[in-house]
Amino acid sequence: MTATATARVDIDPGARPAATESRAPSRRGRAGWAWLGLTPFAAYILLFLLLPTVLAIGSGLFDGAGRFTLDNVAALGDPVILLTFWNSTWVSLLTAVIGAVVGALVCYAMLGLSDSGFVRTTVDAASGVLAQFGGVMLAFMWIATIGLQGLITQLLKGGGIDIYANGPWIYELPGLIPAYITFQIPLMVITFFPALSALKPQWVEANLTLGGTRGGFWRHVGIPVLTPAFLASLLLLFANAFSSYATAAALASQGAPIVPLQIRAALTSETLLGRQNLAGALALGMIVVVAVVMWIYSLVQRRAARWQS
Amino acid sequence: MNLLAPSRVTRWIIGIVVGLFFAVPIVSLVLFTFRRVDGTGYTLDHWTALFSPAESSVFQPIWVGLGNSLLLAVVTVAIVLFLLTPTMILVALRFPKLRSAFEFVALLPISIPAIVLVVGLAPIYLQIGRTLGTGAWTLAFAYGITVLPFAYRSIQASIDAVDVKTLTEAARTLGSGWITVVLRVLAPNLRQGLLAASLISVAVVLGEFTIASLLNRQVLQTALLVVQKTDGFAAAIVTILALAFAFVLLLIIGRVGRGRTGRTTP
Repeated sequence: MTATATARVDIDPGARPAATESRAPSRRGRAGWAWLGLTPFAAYILLFLLLPTVLAIGSGLFDGAGRFTLDNVAALGDPVILLTFWNSTWVSLLTAVIGAVVGALVCYAMLGLSDSGFVRTTVDAASGVLAQFGGVMLAFMWIATIGLQGLITQLLKGGGIDIYANGPWIYELPGLIPAYITFQIPLMVITFFPALSALKPQWVEANLTLGGTRGGFWRHVGIPVLTPAFLASLLLLFANAFSSYATAAALASQGAPIVPLQIRAALTSETLLGRQNLAGALALGMIVVVAVVMWIYSLVQRRAARWQS
Repeated sequence: MNLLAPSRVTRWIIGIVVGLFFAVPIVSLVLFTFRRVDGTGYTLDHWTALFSPAESSVFQPIWVGLGNSLLLAVVTVAIVLFLLTPTMILVALRFPKLRSAFEFVALLPISIPAIVLVVGLAPIYLQIGRTLGTGAWTLAFAYGITVLPFAYRSIQASIDAVDVKTLTEAARTLGSGWITVVLRVLAPNLRQGLLAASLISVAVVLGEFTIASLLNRQVLQTALLVVQKTDGFAAAIVTILALAFAFVLLLIIGRVGRGRTGRTTP
């Protein structure tokens, strides 16, 4: 769930010749056959992307007998469910803000370093691993660090500090925060660096030549230009944390403090009849949140892209 | 000198502080694999257990999961190379107007959380289980969707960098058939994008947990969680190896990507 989904609309240079070609009658018959070439992929997308999405949303809107109902959606108003949505939201927002600020600082620190230098290649690869590959393994890392028997926990205990005086919070909601930050910072580095590196050194030179200062450059040029890109990355980080499941599944062994874990509970519990459709309603709730965030993202990103070409 | 760049001191402070945040958990995990079971001092036993036949039952789920994950990686890469790539070439050559619509669809999985997708995939996989069996490899259909945005971007960058239309017309004029054009003219020119797409697909598949776990298939990540419950040391060792492997894989992707940008500056 990562990435620089640049909502960039290219003006395709290939478009014009194709249009003239299709006017030639001999070509038109061939184009008819060419359509057939698109069908396998279209069928695949239909079956494994569109159908599951429709089923997931649909199962929240229909009851077991296939009748349209709003009962499941109404279940989203349940205080427990509302609390999990709230939990998901603030944890995602908090880790997105921390990840975005720290990640942006890391990008800034890497400005001016060679693209193929040791630091850049290492940071790029490590960011990719932590942002996209982590999940369960990030949870293990933090358990080894601040788990009940973790290295830091033990060190602090030796110094007379018990970080678990108020109970084992690492296996509850607060425990998600350090683990989430571990994949948010790298994701920020991946998504924000292209924007930062698009700042042209000539702009500073121009600014300095005209009597400005470096601080003034950042205040009046650098930060205003980068703000849309920063906000876009922040939204992407929020959506990323909001949809994340693996880390929480590995950390929170009991209970379901966030929405994805509620979906797991609804999917796997066979004791309560009709819980399957609650999973659908929860999925619907999630997709609404993520869709709104990604929609704003694409609007902001379009503005951010203005300076990036 | 780049005037935008921070001073050496700033660079080091940020590097060290953020570096520590990541180094501490990694070092903790590494030290954990050397810790004695009773917590008194350090030992190599957990690592040698990896190769000892007596401990093989502990690692059993990992090997099964890893085997399944590798099979899934192969099938997913096949979907990318033999289903996605030909379609992208076709769009580039014959349906350039469809490009933005195609891009929208290819990037769509980013906006659909895997946990949502899995709710809708559950009934579909019930049907697949009845017709194709419950083998782990069937998950590759879902994984093909998960890797789609990453694979699309790598391949599209290559297609944009090469003039596929002229290459194709030249080859056709010289008498090649379509299969020759795709296999012997286009594929070699797109090799960097195809390689990057394949490697990133392998990385994503090996790291995938959500879909496999909720559809009850055994893959590397689900096996890690199972093993962690019985032997935390074994799970930690495999985690370190997997992270190191993914790191090397992504270093190679980085090299491949840079090779591309270096070659195609007009």
